[in-house]
Amino acid sequence: MRSRHGSMQASAREGGLVIEAADLVKAFGGLRAVDGMSLSLARGEMVALIGPNGAGKTTMFNLIAGSLQPDAGSIHVGGVDVRGEGPERRIGRGVGRTFQIPRPFADMSVLENVLAGAQGQLGERMWMNFLAPGRVAAQEKAAVDKARDLLAFVTLDRLALEPARVLSGGQRKLLELARILMADPQVILLDEPAAGVNPVLLELLIDRIVALNGAGKTILLIEHNMDMVARLCSRAVVMASGRLLAEGPPAEIARDPAVIAAYLGDVA
Amino acid sequence: MIDLLSYGAFFLSVALTYAIISLGLNVQWGQTGLFNVGIAGFVAVGAYVSALLTTPATADHLGGFGLPVAAGWLGAAVATGFVTFLVGALTIRLRSDYLAIATFGAAVAIHLCILNLQSVTGGPFGIGFIPRAFAGLADRPVAFSLANLALLAAVVLALYLALEHLARSPWGRVLRAIREDEPAALALGKSAVRFRLQAFALGGAIMGLAGATQAHFIGYIAPDNYQPILTFQVWAMLIVGGSGNNRGAILGAVVVWGIWALSASAVAGLFPAEQQARAASLQIVMIGLALCAILLWRPRGILGEARIMSRHVLRAAPTATPPPSTKSET
Ligand SMILES: Nc1ncnc2c1ncn2[C@@H]1O[C@H](COP(=O)(O)OP(=O)(O)OP(=O)(O)O)[C@@H](O)[C@H]1O
Ligand SMILES: [Mg+2]
Repeated sequence: MRSRHGSMQASAREGGLVIEAADLVKAFGGLRAVDGMSLSLARGEMVALIGPNGAGKTTMFNLIAGSLQPDAGSIHVGGVDVRGEGPERRIGRGVGRTFQIPRPFADMSVLENVLAGAQGQLGERMWMNFLAPGRVAAQEKAAVDKARDLLAFVTLDRLALEPARVLSGGQRKLLELARILMADPQVILLDEPAAGVNPVLLELLIDRIVALNGAGKTILLIEHNMDMVARLCSRAVVMASGRLLAEGPPAEIARDPAVIAAYLGDVA
Repeated sequence: MIDLLSYGAFFLSVALTYAIISLGLNVQWGQTGLFNVGIAGFVAVGAYVSALLTTPATADHLGGFGLPVAAGWLGAAVATGFVTFLVGALTIRLRSDYLAIATFGAAVAIHLCILNLQSVTGGPFGIGFIPRAFAGLADRPVAFSLANLALLAAVVLALYLALEHLARSPWGRVLRAIREDEPAALALGKSAVRFRLQAFALGGAIMGLAGATQAHFIGYIAPDNYQPILTFQVWAMLIVGGSGNNRGAILGAVVVWGIWALSASAVAGLFPAEQQARAASLQIVMIGLALCAILLWRPRGILGEARIMSRHVLRAAPTATPPPSTKSET
């Protein structure tokens, strides 16, 4: 594990970092939810972001994904400074995210929810629907096939034409995953992807996340389930009170007294 | 009988011009959730642009380019789309209540402009002698009104088909996604501002086209035609018919225009001549009452919001496993 950590830093020097967030600060009123936190991801890494409730993990995600702008600090994606850029530009830079509380388009069908994740669709340009209906239709057909495959993977294909409103909590998490995979991001931020997903499906989900990582995707995931973290990730980053508390292989992290203390609510 | 036919054709023609405005509002509000309270102003832009493009040359005001009616309509749609785009570019990032105020302000400003830019718009006197379609039939009133009705019906039908095509396209899907959950749509790379602005400008262009069709149908326009009451009527039409439903937008226009026309004749019949001007405000009350009654009966409008799915999804559906809620036909 040490060696992997070392090689990560070597690749950092070569500019192999896909995400580089440094000294981020985000305050809500008086509360500094993120307070000088740094986090880097090397290409192809799978990293867990863990920490007690309210530690600032989701806020950190929102900063990296552009949904929130930091009060201080810098964010580079693929070496490009993205401060000030809106969240809608991130996917174009290869960064996709899911939400801790799923946000399905409730009145749209499950299939259309996934289709909405497609990028570079000609038909999303208004005039193209009149000027090149054939090309739009062909592209849509390919997108529908891909979306159905993704739905089959997350075992939602049976519900493809139902409105997303009818999905259960766990199914909504799976839909979130299928929807962002539709966009083919290089870096995927997963906010508690396994929360509420039943144990059988969880195994499948873990397999899929491993497969994605094996296919070269960089993955950052927030997860409270330490078993899952240990199985998936080579490195875990621990946050507490908006700051970096510890960082290292999951097995070591789990034994770290400071980490244990933080989880028990006694933040040093 | 002939009178009835002519009146029917006249009534429906006017209703259809309103249906066009209502379709434009449905793009903005029904599909995108943009609260436009300045409809009258955008309709006015279309009416004046088309009038200036098509009327014969005159010394009274600018314009008189004498172009064909079709060129006037096209010019009206393009010009109003552009004006709406500019208003939208300044205001679309505002929260919906502020957008309402901004559009209302835009409409007031447009009204003041056409009232005071006398050298361009003819000021309070308006513009007359706007060429009418099928002018060659003018000596045969029934044929003339039926031809006009057919033309307007064709415009509404074409617009309806085009808007349905868009609603079921990937573009329409993005609009729905943004309306349902903006942060989620942003995370998927959809620029909410860009799509809203497009929908706003498209709706505005349609309103401008409507203004042009009205101007050419009546043959005369003046600033007073474009008061806030027009905005109110169109909102009533869309709400009555069913917001988010193109068919509802058309139906609502016919129903509300019917109520308006009926209440006008009721006022004319019930009140002595010298009080009729004041009693006319009762028409607005009648629309308000009808609105309340219909919303009590059908809270989402007569037709309600249409559940729209991308046509490609539906086309692909038969190859897929049927959704569990539909019984398999074995
Ligand atoms: N939009 C917001 N406005 C105000 N306070 C916020 C906002 N978002 C987060 N916070 C606060 O910031 C702190 C960190 O929240 P965050 O959601 O980042 O925690 P988390 O680490 O993801 O926790 P959990 O494990 O429970 O999901 C919390 O105290 C929360 O109340
Ligand atoms: Mg969280």
